[in-house]
Amino acid sequence: MSRLRHPWAVARGLGSAKEGVAHWWAQRVSAAALLFLVPWFVITAVSLIGLDHANARAYLAEPMNATLMLAFVLAVTWHARLGLQVVIEDYIHTPWLEVALQLLVKFAYALAALASVVAIGRIAFTA
Amino acid sequence: MATQQRPLSPHLQIYAKQITSTMSILHRATGVVNALGVLALAWWLVALAAGGEAYAQFSAVAGSLPGKVALFGFAATLVYHLLNGVRHLVWDMGLGFEIPQVYRSGYTVIALAVIFTGLLWYAGLGVGGAA
Repeated sequence: MSRLRHPWAVARGLGSAKEGVAHWWAQRVSAAALLFLVPWFVITAVSLIGLDHANARAYLAEPMNATLMLAFVLAVTWHARLGLQVVIEDYIHTPWLEVALQLLVKFAYALAALASVVAIGRIAFTA
Repeated sequence: MATQQRPLSPHLQIYAKQITSTMSILHRATGVVNALGVLALAWWLVALAAGGEAYAQFSAVAGSLPGKVALFGFAATLVYHLLNGVRHLVWDMGLGFEIPQVYRSGYTVIALAVIFTGLLWYAGLGVGGAA
C-alpha cells in the first residue's frame, strides 16, 4: 500500500535525520509555555527570598504553586536540553567528545527533571 | 578571474560588530547560562524537600558573595533570553524581518532587559536586605 505514495509525500519535511522539524517545533512550544511560566517563577522566587525553610516549603506546597512549579520545571528542563543539544552540535566537532557531551546533557537534564518532580511531590504531599 | 576580485569572507576578529550579530550570540550565551541555572533550581527544590539542614546548606551558598553574583547574573540572563526569545518567536511567524524593524526590536529588547533586570535586582536587594 505504501508504495502507492509518491516518494515526495514520504520525504517532505523530514530532512536527512528523518525527524523533520520535531526538534525545532518542540523548542518553540516549550518557549511559548515559558513565556508565561518564567514571569510566574521570577515573581515567586523573589517573594520567597526572605522566607525560612518552613514558610518557603508551605508556600510551594499550595496546590496551585506546586502545579505551576511542576509545569515550569518540565518546560524549562525540556527547553534547556533542546537548546544545549544544538549548541553542542554547532561547536563540538570531535566525534567522541560530541557524543559524550550529548549523552551527559540528556542524562543531566533528565535527572534534574526527575529530581525536581520528586522534590515537588514530597513538598506537596507532606505539607 | 572573477573569483580573485571577490572580497574575502570577513574574519571574525576584524568583523565590525553589529547589534544584530551581538544580540544573536548573546541569546545563545544567556541560554547556556540559564541552562546551568536550571540545575541550581533542581538543587533548590531538592533541598527544600529534604529538610531544614539541607535548605540551610543551600541558603548558605546562595547567600554567599559568589552565590549572590550567580543569582543576580541568572536574573539578567533570564530576562534577556525571555525578551529576545519573544523577538525570535515573532520572527518565526515571518514578521519583523525588515532591517529597520530588526534594529528597532533589538534596541527595544535591550532597553526592556535593562529596566526589568534593574527592577529584579532592586526587588532582590530590597527583599533580601543585602543592600
